[in-house]
Amino acid sequence: MKKFLYTFTFIILLGILFTGAALAQDKLPTDDEVNKVAHDLYCPVCQNTPLDVCPTDACKDWREQIRGMLAEGKTEAQIQQYFVDQFGDRVLAAPPLSTKFNLIIYIIPPLIILAGAIILFRSLKEWTTPKAAAASSSEDETEASPLKDDYVARFEEEAKKQK
Amino acid sequence: MIAEFGYGIALVSFLVAVYSVVAAVYGATKKSASLVESSRRGMLLTFPLITIAAGSLIYLLVNNHFEVAFVYEVTSRSMPTYLKVTAWWGGQAGSLLFWSWLLAAFASAVTIRKWDRDIEFLPWVVMVCSVTLVFFLGMVVFYENPFTRYWLVNGNVEPHMFQPALATIFTPQDGNGLNPLLRHPGMVIHPPMLYLGFVSYVIPYAFAMAALITGRTDDRWIRLTRRWSLWAWLFLSFGLVLGGRWAYDVLGWGGYWGWDPVEIAAFMPWLTGTAFLHSVMIQEKRGMLKHWNMILVILTYALVIFGTFLTRSGVLSSVHAFANSPIGPLFMAFVSATLIASIALVIYRWPQLRGETEMKSMLSREALFLLNNLLFMSVLVICFWGVMFPLVSELFTGQKVTVGPPFYERATAPIFAGLMFLMGVAPLSAWGHSTVKTLGRAMWKSALIALLVTVILFITYTKNYIALIGFFLIALVLFVTAQEFWRGARARQRSQNENFFSALSRLMGRNRRRYGGYIIHISMMLMAIGILGIEVFQSATQGALAQGEELNIAEYTVKYRELASWDDTGKGVNFTRATLDVYENGIYLGELNPRIDYYFDSQQNMTIPGNRSTFRDDLYIILVDWQPTTAMGATFKIFVNPLVNWLWIGSLLFLVGIIFAAWPDRDPAEEISRRGITQSATQPSAAD
Repeated sequence: MKKFLYTFTFIILLGILFTGAALAQDKLPTDDEVNKVAHDLYCPVCQNTPLDVCPTDACKDWREQIRGMLAEGKTEAQIQQYFVDQFGDRVLAAPPLSTKFNLIIYIIPPLIILAGAIILFRSLKEWTTPKAAAASSSEDETEASPLKDDYVARFEEEAKKQK
Repeated sequence: MIAEFGYGIALVSFLVAVYSVVAAVYGATKKSASLVESSRRGMLLTFPLITIAAGSLIYLLVNNHFEVAFVYEVTSRSMPTYLKVTAWWGGQAGSLLFWSWLLAAFASAVTIRKWDRDIEFLPWVVMVCSVTLVFFLGMVVFYENPFTRYWLVNGNVEPHMFQPALATIFTPQDGNGLNPLLRHPGMVIHPPMLYLGFVSYVIPYAFAMAALITGRTDDRWIRLTRRWSLWAWLFLSFGLVLGGRWAYDVLGWGGYWGWDPVEIAAFMPWLTGTAFLHSVMIQEKRGMLKHWNMILVILTYALVIFGTFLTRSGVLSSVHAFANSPIGPLFMAFVSATLIASIALVIYRWPQLRGETEMKSMLSREALFLLNNLLFMSVLVICFWGVMFPLVSELFTGQKVTVGPPFYERATAPIFAGLMFLMGVAPLSAWGHSTVKTLGRAMWKSALIALLVTVILFITYTKNYIALIGFFLIALVLFVTAQEFWRGARARQRSQNENFFSALSRLMGRNRRRYGGYIIHISMMLMAIGILGIEVFQSATQGALAQGEELNIAEYTVKYRELASWDDTGKGVNFTRATLDVYENGIYLGELNPRIDYYFDSQQNMTIPGNRSTFRDDLYIILVDWQPTTAMGATFKIFVNPLVNWLWIGSLLFLVGIIFAAWPDRDPAEEISRRGITQSATQPSAAD
């Protein structure tokens, strides 16, 4: 039993030693790797500035923090979550859907645009439906054009016939 | 002394503007020509008055009168004189005075014209301009007074306009200095351009309101203000482009547009202005869309004021800053009041604004223009909501959120693609009537060539499908537009027996607006090439280099040679400048010098990139950091921005296009650009 304990401790110690060595061998994450994570995060103090390009000292420190977290083996999602926990949703490039309230930013514009499209389509329909005996506008269609030539006249004739 | 004088004059001009409003309304309702004339003269008087007030402010700025709070905030002894003058619009109070001055200038210019048969518009145009002027001058006089001075009251320094009891004037040794970012030449002209654009849109709006009030709702107001709206659009567009160039040159993040709320604030009136520019043509040609044009011009005016509000009230940094500043709620009240009053007028005149003609097909040019309007409005909705949402969120949930570029890019990219497609189709459609067949026949050649270009690009340049869709649309628009020039000139050449080039130039001269518009379409496509290039193909790398070390990106190798840091006490700046040697595939191209300028007075840094620009790409290097003690190592961020130069080339062509379209003709009435039934659009139907 005692022998087993010794062996066990030895193996554990060896393991720690090796992982430590392995970590030390790993190079620190490069600037590009840091920036890749930082690019999707927004500076919590300056507005609308991605963290990878923000020139303030505070942001420099945050980038170093990201470097440290990457070195610890944290994933991009974990780092993002860490920043959200620290500074709130404003560090994300767009409002997250984790809050129901934020849904409205994604829903309202399409709704308004759809409403606009429906209004436009209906008015177009109304306009293109010929009203009985409504004055034909072919008169002002033949108003002088710089390109007016025989083709235009023929076109007008055709257009009238087609109706 | 000068401060009191300037303030007094500003106060008098405010009162004169108030008088103009009252006299105009009273004169128009009582049909008193002399009162109307008096209001017009009042309006004219505001311009020299505000000029004198502004002159006083400039005098104070140039002569280091730091006892004036505004002068202290935006200038310092080390600034050159021309920057002290431009510091006029470098701060809140001064820029509001600048706004008023421009408005007075434009309103005066417009009231000087011969009114003849449009005389009934006059009092109402004066009224609308004066009301706007009263609002801005009111801000200057009562809330954001640029003439306020520092006083020593019981040992405390306080800003007051007039001497408090027992106070003595307090003059700081030196001023704070203008934000270094604003000392760039681009920034010196960028705000005035934007303001010029903003302010010129007041004029078409004023005429629209005059038309609604008097009931003369035909397209007279549009014809009268056509050139104004073109110039307004020119200034606004130019202002936006300059802002982009400035950001690219001094903000040091490798881009030109960050979808920042301040940028969007200026972009929104541009969107409605652009939609307006297109849809007024339908009213002129077809007598339709009168309601819609009114709404567009009202929206543009509201967005102009709203944009000024967004950038001036501090609402963007936080809802609470807005509530604390006196001018935020006032701006809000003014925008709401004018918007409600204008919309009420439109509703009141609704029956008179009915269209005169009808459309015959969903593919007619007017239908396509309407679709264009829908797309512009969609971009507006996205922008507006994107800017407003963080405020709404903070207000209701207390949670601050960021709405950044990914949101806008994803939401607007398909819409911009749709606009490009329309740009390719609409010029070929006929007013009143087009069919899929006629359009198809007119388009197929261009579409085929565009497809061919896309295939070649697919094989040789990129496999990115977004870029390929973009390039296809760009090629389509370019070929369709070129074909339009070609066809028009050929037709004229045949009928008038001229040579091709004189036919082309006469054709364009006779149809300024149409061909100016086409030039603008082409320039938009060149800009789109640049935007696609930087959005899709931008690459970047960053690294800390010791002297002699290199960094590789794309075909470039960048080698760090040296770094120098020195003080320029005359300018009050510390320069840190790196020298890098640039090689492409081993061939030496030259050196680049990114630098960081540190301004002592405002204690701010400015990052100036080293940039090597070609038609193919930009090599854009930023000095991120350096080790001051050893001067051995420095960190650089290097961007390769493919094709971005086309953005600036396109911008220049864009200016040419607008100036071409807006250039005064000898007889404007004769030069209404005619509707264009193009030959190929007509040929097929004639043959059918």
